Amino acid sequence: MERHLQPDLPDVEVPERRKKRARAPYGLAAPALVWLFVLFVIPMIAMVSLSLQTGNSLEGFRQTFRFANYTDALSQNGDIILRSLRNAAIVTGVALLLAYPVAYWIAFYGGKFKNVFLFLLLLPFFISFVIRTVAWSFILSDNGIIFGTLKTLGVLPDSYRVLGTTFAVIAGITYNLLPFTILPLYVSLEQIDRRLVEAAKDLYASKRKAFTNVVLPLSMPGIFAAVLLTSIPAIGDYVNASVLGGPGTTMIGNVIQSEFLRDRNYPEATALAIVLMGIMLVGAIIYARLLGTERITEA
Amino acid sequence: MNDRSPWTDPSWIRGMTQRRMSRRDLIRNAAVGAGAIGISSILAACGVSGEAQTTGPTAGEEGSAQWWADMKAQGPGDHINFTNWPAYIDRDFSVDGPGSRPSLYAFTQSTGIDVTYRADINSNEDFYAAIRPALESGQDTGHDIIVMSNFQELSEMIALGYLIELDPELHPNFDQYAGKNFVDPVFDPGNKYTMAWQSGITGIGYNTNYVDGPITSLDDLLNPKYAGHMAMFNNSPDAGCSAMIHLGIAPETSTPDDWQKAAEYLQKFNDSGGLRGWMDQSYLTAIENEDLWITMAWSGDILNDKLYFPEYATFEFTIPDAGAVIFIDNGCIPNKAANPVGAEMLMDWYYDPKYAAMLTEWNAYFTPVPDGGEIVQADAAAAKGANKEVLQTIASSPYVFPTTEFAQKLHNYRVLEGDEVQTWNDIFNPIFLT
Repeated sequence: MERHLQPDLPDVEVPERRKKRARAPYGLAAPALVWLFVLFVIPMIAMVSLSLQTGNSLEGFRQTFRFANYTDALSQNGDIILRSLRNAAIVTGVALLLAYPVAYWIAFYGGKFKNVFLFLLLLPFFISFVIRTVAWSFILSDNGIIFGTLKTLGVLPDSYRVLGTTFAVIAGITYNLLPFTILPLYVSLEQIDRRLVEAAKDLYASKRKAFTNVVLPLSMPGIFAAVLLTSIPAIGDYVNASVLGGPGTTMIGNVIQSEFLRDRNYPEATALAIVLMGIMLVGAIIYARLLGTERITEA
Repeated sequence: MNDRSPWTDPSWIRGMTQRRMSRRDLIRNAAVGAGAIGISSILAACGVSGEAQTTGPTAGEEGSAQWWADMKAQGPGDHINFTNWPAYIDRDFSVDGPGSRPSLYAFTQSTGIDVTYRADINSNEDFYAAIRPALESGQDTGHDIIVMSNFQELSEMIALGYLIELDPELHPNFDQYAGKNFVDPVFDPGNKYTMAWQSGITGIGYNTNYVDGPITSLDDLLNPKYAGHMAMFNNSPDAGCSAMIHLGIAPETSTPDDWQKAAEYLQKFNDSGGLRGWMDQSYLTAIENEDLWITMAWSGDILNDKLYFPEYATFEFTIPDAGAVIFIDNGCIPNKAANPVGAEMLMDWYYDPKYAAMLTEWNAYFTPVPDGGEIVQADAAAAKGANKEVLQTIASSPYVFPTTEFAQKLHNYRVLEGDEVQTWNDIFNPIFLT
């Protein structure tokens, strides 16, 4: 015998208004989704497609699903990828060391001039960064305003130079990315409740202990964001290496640029770009796991 | 930027009134839409077109006789965008404005056509990369005349149909005065697409303030005395062919094995630790700033600096005893150029011996117009005052007027065909990326 355990309930009609309300978030997200689809998803698919093709720029490229493009790209450029990662690590470290005191000082001692200081910090960046980098190549020129003078004064030997060295490339990238390090640090330092520092001192913490036990941990979200915002563009940078660098300073961005523009070997160039993106993505994920993802959103 | 209103710009009007999407494009685009069902079909659809053109323009198409007749009926317009390499046109610094380029100013005076001259090309590779997207999608590049070396980029532009076939009736001066070395060149049979602008030698430039003793070989650049102040060209035709000549290989008939040997030689420059950089046209600024003391160089760049600028009087240009490679830079008209008639008129203008001579007297390159060379010689003989020495130096320089004996030391680039391009690139390009 069949038994209905459930009592028969009358069909309840969901009010039209609530249905509409349930759809509203999708409607609101639509412009962003369309944007992402057109400007991110489609280009990504086009890139992945191109990276598996073969051919040349004269006869065109055909899809052959040649995965060897990836292994070729990796095996030929392994040392340059490592160099880019090393440079980016140095840049990030140096930028953090330079940026933290600046951000700290503005946040804690800037007073009513905080915005003025921040504006001054950003002021040079109203000029295109390529132009600023080229300007550095003139300033750092062997007989330019700095080294020319020092050489005339006999402080430096005639053959001394900075242009065309790894030092120049790393310094250039650091200079160009410094605001991206300072700003997130500033934001997180600015948010720290000053009473916590006072409380630490009331509890007999030295100034140093108050910093290491209170301020530094509370600014971790800022450090986390600063490291990501500095290291990711640093790995892919090619302008500094091409303007300030020389032989032995090529970065992976230069190789991709050259594959695209000089060799017009689009498949290998896109394969390399995707490999680079993968490396950065994996790096960022590991980093986020180690430090906790919620910190990104806090900063 | 383009300083004309779109309403008067013929290329804009043409663009608005003519079909831009070909049937093939339409089918391909439709395929992208339809193929969205399966990822692999999308992957397959995103191709990059190349499709070398084997035949000339069909009737009515850009570059055909009919098209030229229509263009000529419209007239040459009132404006030309001319994009060239630096240090390539005569200057008169005592005058401001357009008059500071005397030969170009004479053209404007004579025809009423305004010329915007930009010295924007620093390397064939980078410039081609910058205009290729516009050419690929059938748009105006913004340039009416561009000047490309006889490198792979020019060959590719011709093969892909990116250049407008010239109208044979619009270059009377070329027909009458062009030197035999510049007619029917191997890279453009019958001068269908190009007319040589100037030609020169890839040799060695140095500053005698820092470099002493005769420079006789590429090996001299590796002298540890010049470490950090020495540079080479980052284009494979110049670097590769110069290295082959150094090794006693004739580049014109070289084989991939020879390229490999040349690459090994060039690798020495990387390993020496003394190389400042693999450079493009930026080498000229670097030697002017004294960042470079000795470098691979293009003949006229160095000679012009030395002769016309007192601060560079210590510059010297020479070629290795083993010989050197000769380049030809060619004026051409990219597709959809706004003013093709004016562009070809201007290119032909410089085949008038009078204006060819004005160029040579300034930039100290080989002139494609032998009669212009005669005028330079005559001017040098007749000159007085400060100009006399400069003109006589140019008139007697083998780098401008090569003797038969000297000319035997000069080689041409290797002409690459088919798969050779990829092989060549794979051998040479990694050297420039260290």
